[in-house]
Amino acid sequence: MTDIGIVSYGGSIPRLRIKAEELADVWGKDGTRIAKGLGIAEKSVPSIDQDTATISVEAARNALKRCHINPQDIGSIYIGSESHPYAVKPTGTIVGEAIGATPDLMVADYEFACKAGTAGVQNCFSNVKAGLIKYGLAIGADTAQAAPGDALEFSAAAGGAAFIIGNEKVIAAINHTYSYATDTPDFWRRAEQKYPRHGGRFTGEPAYFKHVTNASKNLMEKAKTTPKDYDYAVFHQPNAKFPLKEAKILGFTKEQIKPGLKVSYIGNTYSGASLVGLAGVLDIAKPGDRILMTSYGSGAGSDSFDITVTDEISKYERDKAPLIDDMINDKEYISYGVYAKYTDLLYWE
Amino acid sequence: MPKDVPRFWREIQQRYNMKGNKCGSCDRVYFPPRESCPYCRRESMGKMEKIKLSGKGEIITYTIIHVGPEEFEEQVPYPVAIIQLEEGPKITAQIVDCKIDELKIGMKVESEFRKIQQDGSTGAIYYGYKFKPVE
Ligand SMILES: [Zn+2]
Repeated sequence: MTDIGIVSYGGSIPRLRIKAEELADVWGKDGTRIAKGLGIAEKSVPSIDQDTATISVEAARNALKRCHINPQDIGSIYIGSESHPYAVKPTGTIVGEAIGATPDLMVADYEFACKAGTAGVQNCFSNVKAGLIKYGLAIGADTAQAAPGDALEFSAAAGGAAFIIGNEKVIAAINHTYSYATDTPDFWRRAEQKYPRHGGRFTGEPAYFKHVTNASKNLMEKAKTTPKDYDYAVFHQPNAKFPLKEAKILGFTKEQIKPGLKVSYIGNTYSGASLVGLAGVLDIAKPGDRILMTSYGSGAGSDSFDITVTDEISKYERDKAPLIDDMINDKEYISYGVYAKYTDLLYWE
Repeated sequence: MPKDVPRFWREIQQRYNMKGNKCGSCDRVYFPPRESCPYCRRESMGKMEKIKLSGKGEIITYTIIHVGPEEFEEQVPYPVAIIQLEEGPKITAQIVDCKIDELKIGMKVESEFRKIQQDGSTGAIYYGYKFKPVE
C-alpha cells in the first residue's frame, strides 16, 4: 500500500508579542497569576498588515521551499480559519494565486472554529486517496480577536501552518484519521459580530475534553494502538492547561506532549494551534516516530490523526524554511497601545 | 490610491509573485514588466519573456515616512526603501519586521506577502510585496 500523507509543511507566526503582564496591567489584573493559570506567558500579535491571508501565503510558501513540487500540481486548497479577511470572497484563491497554483484547482475556505484546518487536511487526504489530485494544500491560520478586557485577550493569538498532502516522497504517513462531532454551544461568534462569546466553565468538560478524548480514543481503537505506541502527541491548545490535562486523561506523558506544546510562547492560534504544534514536532521528528494529533473546534468536534514519520524525512530539506522554534524566538514586544491600534480595538461601530 | 479594483486585479501577478520580464535580445530584466526593451526597441519585440523574480535584494537607500497618506496614517513612522533586486531591477517598497534604528543601506532583504492597503472597512483588500531583513 502506498503511503498517503504529509509531503511538506511550513509555518508562519507574526513576530510581534505582547506579554500577559502588559495586558493585565491595563485591566488591573494580576498578570503573573493569569500567565501561570493559563500557562501562557506571551502571545503573538499580527502587525497592521498581516491577516489570515498573508499568514496562509507565507506558511504555504515555506512548505513549497522545502520540497521540489510544481505548484501547478496542487489540485486542491482548503483553508480553515475563524478570521478569513472577507466574509464573502475566499482566502483560498488569494493563496492559490500567490503560490502559482491557479487555475486548475479546487478551492474552499473552511470554518469550524479551531478545527477547520485539520478538516482541510482530511479533505486533501481523501482527494489524494481517491486519485482526484496529485497534491492538496491544507492550511489552518488565524488572527484571533478578543474583546478588550475579556479573558480571551490573554490567549487569542495569530499564526498558522500549511501542509502539502500527497503520495510521493511522503515524510509523514497518515495511517488513520477519525472525527467526532456533536452540537455543543461552548463558544460562538454570531454573523456580523466582531468578537466571540463563550460559555465560561462550560468550555471544559462537555466541550474540549469530551470531544478530544473520544476522538483520540476511537482513533487509537481504529489504529489498534495505545498511548505507549506514540513518540509524540499534539492536542488543540487553547491554553497549556487543557492539553496537559487531556494527556493525563488519555494516559500520555508530559514528555510526549511538551515538544508540540507551543501555546505557552505564542498563545492560542485557533485554527493554527494543533497544526503549528504538529509542525513543531515534525521539526524534530526522526524516521519511525509515531505521532497522535487531535484538534478541537468549538461547536463542537475533533479530528484525530495517527501519523508515522517515514525514512523520507532524512532527505527532506527542512532547513530551507524557518522552524517553528525559530519563529517563536524571532520576536519584538509591543505595548497595549500599539496592540490596540494594530488589532483594530479602536474601531468604533 | 488604487481604489480601482480592475486595475489592481490586472496587476495581481506582479504584485503577488513579482512577475517581471526579460529582454530576449540583451537579457535585461524589467519589473514591472515592459512591452519592449528601451535599449533594444524593435529588436526586443516578441522576445520579452515572462520571469518570476526571486524577491531577494539589497537596500540602496531609504527614507522614513512620518506623515503618510491617509491609508497609511496608522503605520507612521515607517520605512520605504529603494531595493536593488538580485536580477537587476530597482523597486520601491515598504520595509517591515525591522526597527527603524536597525535599518542600513546595503542590508539584504527579501520579499514577504503583506496587506498593502484597503478601501476602508467595506472595500477591497489589496495584497502585495513588502520587504524584510534576511537574518
Ligand atoms: Zn534589450
